[in-house]
Amino acid sequence: MIAETGHYALVLALGLALIQSIVPLIGARLRDDALMNVARSTALAQLLFVGASFIALVTLHVVSDFSVANVYENSHSMKPLLYKITGVWGNHEGSMLLWVSILALFGGLVAALGNNLPLSLRAHVLAVQAWIASAFYLFILVTSNPFLRIANPPIEGRDLNPVLQDIGLAVHPPMLYLGYVGFSISFSFAIAALMEGRIDAAWARWVRPWTLVAWIFLTLGIAMGSYWAYYELGWGGWWFWDPVENASLMPWLAGTALLHSALVMEKRNALKVWTILLSILTFSLSLLGTFLVRSGVITSVHAFATDPTRGVFILLILCLFIGGSLSLFAGRAGSLKQGGLFAPISREGALVLNNLLLTVACAVVLFGTLYPLAMELLADFKMSVGAPFYNLTFAPLFTLLLLAVPFGPMLAWKRGDLLGVTQRLLAAGVAGLVVIAIVWAWTRGGSALAPLAIGLGVFVIAGAMTDLAERTGLFRLPFATTLHRARGLPRSAWGSVFAHAGLGVALIGIVCETTWNSEYIATMKQNDVAHVAGYDVKLDGLFQRQGPNFREMIAEFNVSHEGETLSVMTPSKRSFTTRGSSTTEAALLTRGASQLYISLGDATAEGAIAVRIYHKPLVLLIWWGPVLMAFGGMLSLSDRRLRVGAPKPARAKQRLQPAE
Amino acid sequence: MTLWFVFALMTVAAILAVLLPLGRSGRAQNQGSEVAVYKDQLTEIERDLAAGLIAAPEAEAARVEISRRLLAAADSEPAAAPKSSLKWRRAAAVLALVGLPLVTIGVYMPLGSPRLEDFPLAQRARGSGSGMTLENLVVQVEQHLEKNPTDGRGWNVLAPVLQRLGRFDEAVRAYRNSLTYNGESAERRSDLGEAVSAAAGGVVTAEAKIEFERARAINADDPKANYFLGLAAEQDGHKDEAANIWRALLAKAPADAPWRPLVQSSLARVGGGGTVPALSDETIAASKDMNEGDRNAMVRGMVERLATRLKQNGDDVEGWLRLVRAYLVMGDRDKAVGASADARQAVASDAARLRQLNEGLKTLGLDG
Repeated sequence: MIAETGHYALVLALGLALIQSIVPLIGARLRDDALMNVARSTALAQLLFVGASFIALVTLHVVSDFSVANVYENSHSMKPLLYKITGVWGNHEGSMLLWVSILALFGGLVAALGNNLPLSLRAHVLAVQAWIASAFYLFILVTSNPFLRIANPPIEGRDLNPVLQDIGLAVHPPMLYLGYVGFSISFSFAIAALMEGRIDAAWARWVRPWTLVAWIFLTLGIAMGSYWAYYELGWGGWWFWDPVENASLMPWLAGTALLHSALVMEKRNALKVWTILLSILTFSLSLLGTFLVRSGVITSVHAFATDPTRGVFILLILCLFIGGSLSLFAGRAGSLKQGGLFAPISREGALVLNNLLLTVACAVVLFGTLYPLAMELLADFKMSVGAPFYNLTFAPLFTLLLLAVPFGPMLAWKRGDLLGVTQRLLAAGVAGLVVIAIVWAWTRGGSALAPLAIGLGVFVIAGAMTDLAERTGLFRLPFATTLHRARGLPRSAWGSVFAHAGLGVALIGIVCETTWNSEYIATMKQNDVAHVAGYDVKLDGLFQRQGPNFREMIAEFNVSHEGETLSVMTPSKRSFTTRGSSTTEAALLTRGASQLYISLGDATAEGAIAVRIYHKPLVLLIWWGPVLMAFGGMLSLSDRRLRVGAPKPARAKQRLQPAE
Repeated sequence: MTLWFVFALMTVAAILAVLLPLGRSGRAQNQGSEVAVYKDQLTEIERDLAAGLIAAPEAEAARVEISRRLLAAADSEPAAAPKSSLKWRRAAAVLALVGLPLVTIGVYMPLGSPRLEDFPLAQRARGSGSGMTLENLVVQVEQHLEKNPTDGRGWNVLAPVLQRLGRFDEAVRAYRNSLTYNGESAERRSDLGEAVSAAAGGVVTAEAKIEFERARAINADDPKANYFLGLAAEQDGHKDEAANIWRALLAKAPADAPWRPLVQSSLARVGGGGTVPALSDETIAASKDMNEGDRNAMVRGMVERLATRLKQNGDDVEGWLRLVRAYLVMGDRDKAVGASADARQAVASDAARLRQLNEGLKTLGLDG
């Protein structure tokens, strides 16, 4: 009964979504409160039913009901409970159900918390949400139904892909989906604004928390995915420019741009049309990501099953929403009122530069992702676009962006003083140069660019600190005043300091890891000792162990540094009989922000084993950076206050530029 | 019946979600407006000014800007009072009362299986007994072996069952485990070899051959090993060698050995001129007494029947390989190429079968 109830709840959600996509719009046209309010209650009911449906599927997985095809194909009675639960979204059908559950969650949140919105705006937003939801409910029910049954249930399931049997699956997909789907709200707000034909600073105020939430989760989701790939795939790599990774990076870049342009819109009522376009593009890129991953166009760990009908269906949804929203934009954008004016050198100008660089970077990634696919399709010629391409294109763009980051928050609104800001950033610049010199003198060897890049990272961090010092008047004013000012500083200002510093931290991690990463690959026998980056790693022996649904071979390594024993590391290889495949479980030893990484290869007949040992200096900074960024985002989110961009009054006549 | 009752309750709840707001009307809603946002922004400036975060002239400029926006927003605020349109509300109510159940039933009925009960594992473990099919028994033995992988007897029992079920790859693994935990024996070696060649679509691969040779090293008279080594020689094109092996096998064989006819017919095949394709052994046996023309006609008839059968049911990889081999032996290379293309298409959806097919075709010299 659980299976069928879950199935029926999903169908009911579709019915409610269909009503929610039509009735509120009629209400808004007629200015009828009751009809508009239907959006709210249906959105909440939808959340209830989709939630019930999702819980039903989780229950089915937990009790191993193999009469449900989805459970049979992706579960196993002997799987640990955690993986029985996470296995729900470790497959195509279940992950799509999670996708719509989160969509319904966001819709329900807008309905529940959206009391500060004008009624017609809320009705429009929820109606657009319901269009998206209807399309995806149909997609699930027709092409990827998780509740299909097997009349004669088999006694045992086929188990989950072993690579996915990891705690990472509990965190990475839900976070990423919260990010992807969260951007649907800013999309709905944008479409609602276009339909109503009204857009202003208040709009940006209302959209802000939703964009921030989505951005925070997307940031964490991508970082988590990268860390997972790092320790699970056994190669010590953390970013592969794989199309699926790019699919998540593109909405992140566009979303970051959106976050900044919405800021200009909220504070200065400028960049309005551009912000609307970015909202549309960000969610379109999320949809594109879903299409790339779910259609089987590209094969990777993420493509669970490839089925052409699914691809065609998602492509239809994609065309409908992206094409429809862009046409609406093209038709209505001209009629929107232009906003405030500002000089090229100003906070607004800096944010425009930020947007320009981010969108170009995003376009570069989009090109790098789609070009090989297009070549394969049109010219039947397989190629891959990898790190060299992005090093040549993406890296310079980001270098420019990072150089500009410290300047942005310090420029005044409307018209700024570049020279003054440069002077104030002098200390940060000097800090960067000193670090460059130190690193240069200390390392000798490695890429000549590495010290420069580290200097840039230090400059970004020091720049963020300078901004903070300037605002609070640190070193200029008495300490008590500074403290008072720091307390009075909006939390969003603290947020931007942390987020920008996080960028610098991540950059330093990336540079150190790629430049001074040392590796040792060999076949080791018992009592062999490997010397890596000052560590002595001795193989103590190989053991076999039986896990709940796998057998594993564990290698025990004794790690010592300068004669002092540090720890025992136990990487292993697990073989899963049901799927007949195996995974490598790398062992990690963290020392500060650096890590020692051991992963096993194949064992030879003589009892020796292939071993890969890496020493990765400061590698953890790569993920601490995004965590800092997300923390900054949360600070900013907790700031309930309104934002005002106080412009500097005109002293001399300056030529002003129109916003768009 | 309970299920339908639950469905009905859920539907009623969904309908209520639409009807409730329609019923409530006239009451003033507290809703946000742009004006409120700008007023908040103005108070925000005062607060920042008081905290010393912005200077007085900046605050003044900001105040002017926001006041301008405030005025504009107040102008554009919808002037008309909210209306209530009874006609449309009724339409919405009808949509919920009639449309919603119709849509849900219309979508659910073709997709759902309302008559199927839940089958959680715990419940099934209690009520087992009736559903004891061979497959389920195999699963139980597999589960047992998962926990006790060194139980040689279990592998011994499991392996031939898997072989019979056509799960050759797993049979290979089971035989290997049986060898590991039960120790060497000629029989187990040749069983393993048989499984390996079955997994390769009936071709005695180099890997299988090694197993048969090991079996013969243990027991030179092991009939299975000798038969397959003969087959390997035949497949390699060494017909004389094959004939020699089989002849020796027959010479030593007891008169009532069950495999005698098989070896005899194989021997006849390699001795009989070689135009006969490797169809099933019974066919060959039946064709022994015919003259050349009749035999060829019969063989062609068999091949045609095989082709028709495969056209209807293309899952049989071994059948396809047999067909291709037959065409090759009959000297009809074009047809062989055509059949292998058809075969690829027929099994394209199943990766394991496709691999098996491709490997088989490769050994037949039809690559790519």
